[in-house]
Amino acid sequence: MPQVFKRLIPLLVVFIIPSLHAQAPSPEERGLEIVTEADRRDQGWQDSRVDLRMVLKNAHGDVSERELRSLSLEVDGDGDKSLTIFDEPPDVKGTAFLSFSHPVGADDQWIYLPALKRVKRISSRNKSGPFMGSEFAYEDMSSFELEKYTYRYLEDETLDGTETFKIESTPVDEHSGYSRLITWYDQQEYRPQRIDYYDRKNSLLKTLTFDDYQRYLEKYWRAQTMSMVNHQTGKSTVLHWGTYQFQTGLDDQDFNRNTLKRIR
Amino acid sequence: MPSLPLSLSLSLSLSLVLWLGLVSGAQAREVELSGQIDIEMQHFPETPADPEQHKTYLSLGAEPEWYKQWDGGDNAVVFRPFLRTGNHDSHRDHVDIRELNWLHVGDGWQVRSGISRVFWGVAESQHLVDIINQTDTLEGADDEDRLGQPMVNLTLIRDWGDLSLFWLPYFRERTFAGDEGRLRPQPAIETDRARYESGAEQAHQDFAIRWSHVIGPMDLALSHFSGTSRDPILLAETDRSGNLVLIPFYEQIEQSALELTAVQGDLLWKLEALYRDGRSDDYWAAVGGFEYTLVGVMDTAADLGLLLEYHYDERGEEATSPFQDDLFLGLRMGLNDIQTTEILAGVILDNESDAMLGFVEASSRLDEDFRLSLEWRTFKDLETEDPLFSVRRDDLLLLNLAYFF
Repeated sequence: MPQVFKRLIPLLVVFIIPSLHAQAPSPEERGLEIVTEADRRDQGWQDSRVDLRMVLKNAHGDVSERELRSLSLEVDGDGDKSLTIFDEPPDVKGTAFLSFSHPVGADDQWIYLPALKRVKRISSRNKSGPFMGSEFAYEDMSSFELEKYTYRYLEDETLDGTETFKIESTPVDEHSGYSRLITWYDQQEYRPQRIDYYDRKNSLLKTLTFDDYQRYLEKYWRAQTMSMVNHQTGKSTVLHWGTYQFQTGLDDQDFNRNTLKRIR
Repeated sequence: MPSLPLSLSLSLSLSLVLWLGLVSGAQAREVELSGQIDIEMQHFPETPADPEQHKTYLSLGAEPEWYKQWDGGDNAVVFRPFLRTGNHDSHRDHVDIRELNWLHVGDGWQVRSGISRVFWGVAESQHLVDIINQTDTLEGADDEDRLGQPMVNLTLIRDWGDLSLFWLPYFRERTFAGDEGRLRPQPAIETDRARYESGAEQAHQDFAIRWSHVIGPMDLALSHFSGTSRDPILLAETDRSGNLVLIPFYEQIEQSALELTAVQGDLLWKLEALYRDGRSDDYWAAVGGFEYTLVGVMDTAADLGLLLEYHYDERGEEATSPFQDDLFLGLRMGLNDIQTTEILAGVILDNESDAMLGFVEASSRLDEDFRLSLEWRTFKDLETEDPLFSVRRDDLLLLNLAYFF
């Protein structure tokens, strides 16, 4: 090897190899990139209204149903606002749940109790509690914000015939009920197809599967069926979403504590 | 012609029903009929203080609700009558209109006119500042059942908070158990002979204003009420036959109040305070404390809330309220099961005596449309000067089965 090349080797080590390395993003960068793209594709819907039927099943196969309505508002520079109203079972009819989610820090949450006409602030730190006795935790129902997790790309995988990106998400909030989530996004449309939830002891807790994707406004994909199975208890919950309505003209005034008292 | 009022009221109800659109088959949620019917048993294991009182009471309650909205909810009317009928105590046979009002929503404001219910407050063990509606003591010992209050209520919704103005043109007297009923003072209260400071009596025009706002993790409200006190002073007098009777006397008061909730992690801090100025006294009182919630206790789906509240009343022993220097300790358990089972248990301890009030409230859904509630209350070591002394033998076991539609 000519002397000149020998001298170049240290240079090669110092400059060229790291720069070559920089060309291939780290799994963390690749993960963030994919989820950022998924998030970007779901922006600009402004507001939405949808009906929801929840079917709860216990390990013995006993079934119970809940009916709810959900209103959401996209907020520039902050997390979404949402309002959930319970219609069934009849003893909780009229109960409503108002949430202002924030990318960083605790969400602001209120519950409306119609029997007393009382609006009550609630602590949102305890996000791992079950929503309406279902297998969905409050944190599973709250709006997705990019900043709530750190990401790591694991691999490409074929899931039921669909090419997917497999991403590991770690909750930033230490009060999350999960140590990590594994999400499969399809490579075509960047829609979540399946999420595995691992509890704080890092055992597989639940699996959420997304089915019957529909496209609204030629752009926004919504899974019409979501099935959550708890592997540790054998219980399951299926969400059947109605037809979404987007850009219906909802604004901040529809997500006010005062509005809770008149919502139907 | 005795049948006329009945046929008249029938035709009125029918036209109301028609007007509310029940028969016209309008779209879902634009018109709704819902509500509940319940059967209730109250059992008082101890021998009553007055031989006229009984040990076991049975009753039937109904609370249907008709609701109609139009203009996408910018206009709505609601009608919610209430009825309870039972054996023994004739006072407990009572009818009330809990709500009959029209709501109109504008851009940044709303007006509600008619009979309605308004809740103020943040505490769990006492509803200190909640003053718009009169208490219906026949429906429960927890001060949460209230009579419908006629009002015109304008609310402005602004960036600087919500401002609510109330005109309350008619006063509702507090309900009390009759001679045969339990949970009443001794002797029974002569509600027919109620007296007022104001010559206008029930027609006195009351007013109130309340500003409320969310400031980050804090909910804050300030209010002022001017008018007839909802809490009567009980005057001991003798009737014509020389028997001791208690007569409710309603004063004119000015009340300023503060409500505060603040979230700090798993902790929810709460404070209600008021300053009240009336003919007999001016004083301040407060209730404050916290609620701490633990999720997934003992590896179950249940959550457990720990509650602590302190009650203060400047009047001390002179207070008309039993909570002048008391501590409330409570446990709230939500099982988060399919039946939405909830349990609340607590004790209120008087710091100046050995008096104690204990309670457990539990409820669970049966099938899809029924809810079974169980309540137990006990009073221990009440002293003669305690406002609760007259109910010292009224430990209560209550069972209620409600059907919702």
